[in-house]
Amino acid sequence: MIKQKDLILYSGLIILGLAAPYLFSAFKVQLTYLCVLIVLAMTWNLQGGEMGYNSFGNILFYGLGMYLTASVQVGMFFPLAEWTESGGEKTFVHTTAQYFQGIGVGLLVSAIVPAIVAGAIGYAILGLRGHYFAICTLGLGIAAGEIAGGIEIIGAGQGFTTPPFPAEIVDAEARGKFFYFLSFALLIGTFVFVKYIYGSRFRLILNAIRDNEDKAEAMGIQTMKYKIVGWMVSAFFCGLAGGIMGGLIGYIDSTDVAFDGREMGVFMVLMAILGGKGTLWGPVIGATLFHFFKEGLWTLILGWQYVALGVLIVVIVVYFPEGLMGWLREKYPERFGEVIDDKDRKAQVELK
Amino acid sequence: MDFLIFKAPMLMVQASLDGILLGILFALIAYGMALQWGVMNIINIAQGDLVILGGYIAYTMYLAGIHPAWGVIVSPIIMFFVGWALYKLVINKVVDRDLFISILATFGIAIVFQQLMNFIFGADVVVAQSEYGTTMLFDNSVTLPNSKIFSAFISVLYAIALVIYMKKSRLGRAIRATAQNARAAKILGVDTEKVYAATFGINAALCGIAGALISITLTLHPYVGLPYTVRSFMIVIVAGLGNLPAVAVSGMGLGLFEEFADYILGTEFRIGAVFMLLVFILVYRRFKLSKKREYLK
Repeated sequence: MIKQKDLILYSGLIILGLAAPYLFSAFKVQLTYLCVLIVLAMTWNLQGGEMGYNSFGNILFYGLGMYLTASVQVGMFFPLAEWTESGGEKTFVHTTAQYFQGIGVGLLVSAIVPAIVAGAIGYAILGLRGHYFAICTLGLGIAAGEIAGGIEIIGAGQGFTTPPFPAEIVDAEARGKFFYFLSFALLIGTFVFVKYIYGSRFRLILNAIRDNEDKAEAMGIQTMKYKIVGWMVSAFFCGLAGGIMGGLIGYIDSTDVAFDGREMGVFMVLMAILGGKGTLWGPVIGATLFHFFKEGLWTLILGWQYVALGVLIVVIVVYFPEGLMGWLREKYPERFGEVIDDKDRKAQVELK
Repeated sequence: MDFLIFKAPMLMVQASLDGILLGILFALIAYGMALQWGVMNIINIAQGDLVILGGYIAYTMYLAGIHPAWGVIVSPIIMFFVGWALYKLVINKVVDRDLFISILATFGIAIVFQQLMNFIFGADVVVAQSEYGTTMLFDNSVTLPNSKIFSAFISVLYAIALVIYMKKSRLGRAIRATAQNARAAKILGVDTEKVYAATFGINAALCGIAGALISITLTLHPYVGLPYTVRSFMIVIVAGLGNLPAVAVSGMGLGLFEEFADYILGTEFRIGAVFMLLVFILVYRRFKLSKKREYLK
């Protein structure tokens, strides 16, 4: 049962989200980015925060989704090889109906296939623990980028131009609005699903795996099964996010856009940590803060943005590993439903 | 199988020699990684970027008119202090924390290094010309640049020097004691903080040597650091910590793998093959251990 306070909060946020493209008409692309970033941070948090498997490789599913959506959208109506070879988007033109059919089917594929891939490799990869898992997934993400950069049919090194938005729609705002609402729908879907997970037994199992996997196993939990399901959930939403971003950016490069471990792959980890790992709202707040910071400062420090990003990573990781929510939780534990009796508090003060 | 390499045996010899000489260089970097991993229990993602920075030091000397081979002496000295400073700034705060924290923090350092090198040295692929010429073998069908032989020789020399230093010197003993048990070493009067800083400095110095050698044998580019990190990580997990002969052998094995992958899969898949090999090695180890209900630690 949703409490009344929550109801006001959620409906307020949804109304804000629906009104945002009209209120901030010039920032539609940025708002779309924000939605996608929040989705990525939330799904990363499912593993990194809840399950304790810090993955650098969720970018794999993001990039996979991006390539799949674009390939399906083109391949459904035109020969894919000719399209990618040299400017096929000039010879073949999607009609309006074809475009939307294509992107619909493409997104469906880009959600299901990454989830299947995650399930298929999950048994092998998720048997690794701790930093081995982190490095292995890092390798997977980069290998995917390098390999995609060598495959001819998806454009190899020269990139893949996704189908342009149908020219028959005269409304100049339509493209921005379409992608914004698509990503907003994805955001709501992800949030509802993650919130459902947070109230379920599944989350407790994930937490048990994080806290002590051996004990969880000894208690009779089939940890591998739950780990794979957790990864598949992440892959599902990452794939969708990638598909939407591919359509929005309009151009897919193997290492700079799709399997962009240097940017997106790090961003999702950073955002989740900034907001607070293992909390529902942490990644949302972290992603929002990060996006505002990035867009606000990126233009001011042009050329130095990656230096700033690197320094930011070091500072956040070294000094705020608990994130914003963790800090708040320590400061106001009552707000998070934790009861601390006076004896404990006195003992804490004496300790300090 | 109609790959060129299987038809021409001389190509096979060429690839093997190239691979082994390259592998010795990788082993040197991996030894540094094993050292810091064993002593400080951190995984340094910026390892490859330290290598590239060392290479750029030698390249700068080359631009200034000094022969780049002197870089194998100058570069480690400068890199030692870079490593020391890096330890004092960041690494000392992640030493006794979770390994993932060290991975992420050094990832941040790696990004900073890449960008700074990009600003200072530009985004072009550069190489310092050593002008050592080439050695021709087997009726001129196998060409071996002398710089590669030189780099393998220097790597072996430094590795032997380091092993003797670690065995005989006071600091070396302190480092080994700290690796065995940091707390006990502390109780017995070893300044572990200093040992950690020195370890990281020595690791950076090893990277500096390797970088200087890479600047004359291979190419330098600000963004090619990560593959070197992954290679050294791979060598360390195959060879184990603190086992120098095994590090050397698996380094050469990796070099061989790369050269053959280059011929068989094509150059565009070379880096991809390295990263896939990492995944396969980890997965293989995981399945092997899971038979005994164990996992990689």
